[in-house]
Amino acid sequence: MNPAGEATDLSVAIQNETDIVTARMRGRALALQIGFSPAQATLLATAISELARNILLYAQRGEVVLSVLENSHQAGVSVVARDVGPGIADLSRALEDGYSTSGRLGLGLPGVRRLADSFEIRSSPEGGTIVVVKMWCP
Amino acid sequence: MQVPILKQGPYLIATIQAALTDSDIVQLRDALVDQVVRHRARGVIIDVTALDVMDSFATGTLRDIAQMVRLRGAETVIVGIQPDVALAMVQMGLVLEGVTTTLDLEESLAYFQHKHNVLGRS
Repeated sequence: MNPAGEATDLSVAIQNETDIVTARMRGRALALQIGFSPAQATLLATAISELARNILLYAQRGEVVLSVLENSHQAGVSVVARDVGPGIADLSRALEDGYSTSGRLGLGLPGVRRLADSFEIRSSPEGGTIVVVKMWCP
Repeated sequence: MQVPILKQGPYLIATIQAALTDSDIVQLRDALVDQVVRHRARGVIIDVTALDVMDSFATGTLRDIAQMVRLRGAETVIVGIQPDVALAMVQMGLVLEGVTTTLDLEESLAYFQHKHNVLGRS
């Protein structure tokens, strides 16, 4: 929080594998700071790890932006993962378990969707991909 | 961050000491498979207690290790998956099928010794 009481965004550039680790560690630290339990913080860190890897794997570069959410009775963290890569050709399949165009498990995106409180994804060949995940502290 | 691999009798013990990048995990896979061959090891123990996150890549690579080790006639045991990490894996739908897991190193050594003693006697 800055002195005005507004949450400040924390942006982590994703350009190499070390950035994946940095992003998830920052996310965990932020979550713990605003009152997430260690278990919830691990869920968030896992989601960030998947999203950051997708950026690196499919778009080579992008960013993960972490911000604190607040409503009248809860705090939360939003994770925005965005890139200007080629986009996802078939979004609905990319959200299916076991579907992968890179020979991997295909559990990244559908897994993140399962563990997040809210999940949005937009993707186009022109604009790249943006995933917004929110997790609230119960 | 390289993962040290110790040889204890017919077993190899890899102890992860901090968060790993994807390349670190792949390097661990290659080193373990290489050493299983070189030492004719019968068992591989991977201690993941210090791993901060087990995402799809880490889980997939650990599964690969177990399968490659099995093809060399040895077995892999994963040790020390933290409760928070286990919860995240379950929610993500990540499974370590066909891989034995134990709570700690001692238990995994006991598992191997029991198994190999029983097999040795029969």
